[in-house]
Amino acid sequence: MIAVNTVYRPGFLSIEVNDGHLYGTPIDILRLSAPLILVALGMTLVIATGGIDLSVGSLCAISGAIACLHISTATDRNSPSTVLTALALAFGAALVLGAWNGLLVAVIGIQPIIATLILMVAGRGLAQLITEGQIITINSAPYRAIGLGHFLTLPLAIFIALAAALLVAAFTRRTALGLIVESVGGNAEASRLAGIRSGRVVFLVYVLSAACAAVAGFMITANVSSADGNAAGLWIELDAILAVVIGGTSLAGGRFSLGGTVLGALIIQTLTTTVYAMNISPQTSLLFKAVVVIAVCLIQSPAFRAKFRRRRSDRTPGPAAPQRKKEQVPA
Amino acid sequence: MRTRRTARTIIAAFATVLLTGGVAACGNSDTGDTGGGDDNIVLGFSQVGAESGWRTANTSSIKAAAAEASIELKFDDAQQKQENQIRAIRNFIQQKVDVIAFSPVVESGWDTVLKEAKDAGIPVILTDRAVDSADKTLYKTFLGSDFVKEGRLSGEWLVEHTRSATGPVNIVELQGTTGSAPANDRKKGFAEAISANPNLKIIASQSGDFTRAGGKQVMEQFLKANPDIDVLFAHNDDMGLGAVEAITAAGKTPGKDIVIVTIDAVKDGMQALADGKFNFIAECSPLLGPQLMDLVKKIHAGEQVPARIETEETTFTQEQAKEALPNRKY
Repeated sequence: MIAVNTVYRPGFLSIEVNDGHLYGTPIDILRLSAPLILVALGMTLVIATGGIDLSVGSLCAISGAIACLHISTATDRNSPSTVLTALALAFGAALVLGAWNGLLVAVIGIQPIIATLILMVAGRGLAQLITEGQIITINSAPYRAIGLGHFLTLPLAIFIALAAALLVAAFTRRTALGLIVESVGGNAEASRLAGIRSGRVVFLVYVLSAACAAVAGFMITANVSSADGNAAGLWIELDAILAVVIGGTSLAGGRFSLGGTVLGALIIQTLTTTVYAMNISPQTSLLFKAVVVIAVCLIQSPAFRAKFRRRRSDRTPGPAAPQRKKEQVPA
Repeated sequence: MRTRRTARTIIAAFATVLLTGGVAACGNSDTGDTGGGDDNIVLGFSQVGAESGWRTANTSSIKAAAAEASIELKFDDAQQKQENQIRAIRNFIQQKVDVIAFSPVVESGWDTVLKEAKDAGIPVILTDRAVDSADKTLYKTFLGSDFVKEGRLSGEWLVEHTRSATGPVNIVELQGTTGSAPANDRKKGFAEAISANPNLKIIASQSGDFTRAGGKQVMEQFLKANPDIDVLFAHNDDMGLGAVEAITAAGKTPGKDIVIVTIDAVKDGMQALADGKFNFIAECSPLLGPQLMDLVKKIHAGEQVPARIETEETTFTQEQAKEALPNRKY
């Protein structure tokens, strides 16, 4: 895809230094994919337990709305303490809502898709209630930095996303937590009998997912310095699920790949940016995206690859369904 | 047996809650009774919901205008659902209001309930959005913005503004939500107007979904793909505001290096215009309350009204924005 872009427009890969930091389309892709990477990370773990979290988009809107509202009512919008309080408030609210999801799924035993659907619909309303149906515009330099700031000439947002990815990776791959999550996803009852507190693990992944969504919400609202209860994080849950699936995590649970998820999120953002950069008409851009996603999924499908391989070499039939190697976590 | 009975009780309990909830919601209408004279007109109004700042301003304009005109207003919020709106209209018919007005949530499926209103002899006014009924006698008039005209006004200003330009003028366009009526119509009106000058060319056009984030993301790529953009035409203020951020980040000055023309005139947009970041806004006004009350009185008095009435709207340049800004209601 990057190759196609470069052929179409040689300037695609060019990066120049502008105003003391790097500037160019690849940088845009990195910066814009940061919220999606975060949401998709949380989603990966939820899906690994065999669940799904549809409420992340609404959570982005809520956390962004709370943070922006707090900053907009504060007297000194540029003081770091105001921004930190705003972030803490919004983050806390997101954790509570994540705990609510976890409660519904892990304790009460409602199907994840239904349990999180509640917050997906109601949360959007809640976000609009917080913003009173208006778009809150704020002018706060420290808050803007979350979405637009730079660190070592690269967007700060991508460092936040990568730090979160490494943190999650460290927790799940260096400790037994990852194994426990996979075992719960594989068979919750068997895990429980083996001495794992399945309920607690499931509860935790929903809280983590909400936390990731909250930070993504900060980035989305900081990027445009305004909170829009209606549009912030709209449909990001579906993009996140797509990123997770493209990354090779099974929707059935029991297996996950964090590196794959990060890659999946980058692919999706590259795709969106490509549509704009190549000026594909908006009427056909959705079809274009669908074709690319189908192609990516086909390339990943073991059955499809096996067939393709067999056709290429008639004499030496490939293995029926080659076991996909579990991707390594970037460390 | 027992479990089944319990289940039935629970279902019955739920049904009761739903029913009473429904009744409560219906009774929750705002009555702006100002206790006028004997000839008190009663207007039943069903609003789409409160989905945007534009809509909130629309609602308060209608409530304020009704109070001022001594018209008794029965206000219903449909919360973006057609079935709520149909139920509200049936309620208005039963209460024998004098006039019914509503902003249809969707375009189709109104024939039955409009026929009921017609049979009951209650005139209906559509506001802001149209319906696609083949039978035009089902409603008296449609009061709302002309999106094509908004696009045309933007285009005409641009043609005037670039009159002295000798070379080609490169325009990029940020469209609204793909397929929505305002996006289609504004695009059409603008294209018609700029065809007057062959130098004006739209070199790129993408959907920014009417949002700031969308406008910003698309504009970032426009700027990188096309080194010399002269003009940006955005289908609403919010996308324009997002684009301003992208233009600034690219090291250019919005309003100077790139001329920005938008539609809507919401508060943040007007502020940007007054600050010199935008160059021109064609208004899409939600303040149709006074016009609506005029119509209600005329129709109640049996006067004939035109089948299509446009909202009174204007356009703003930077100087006009500075003047108008302190008194803007939305």
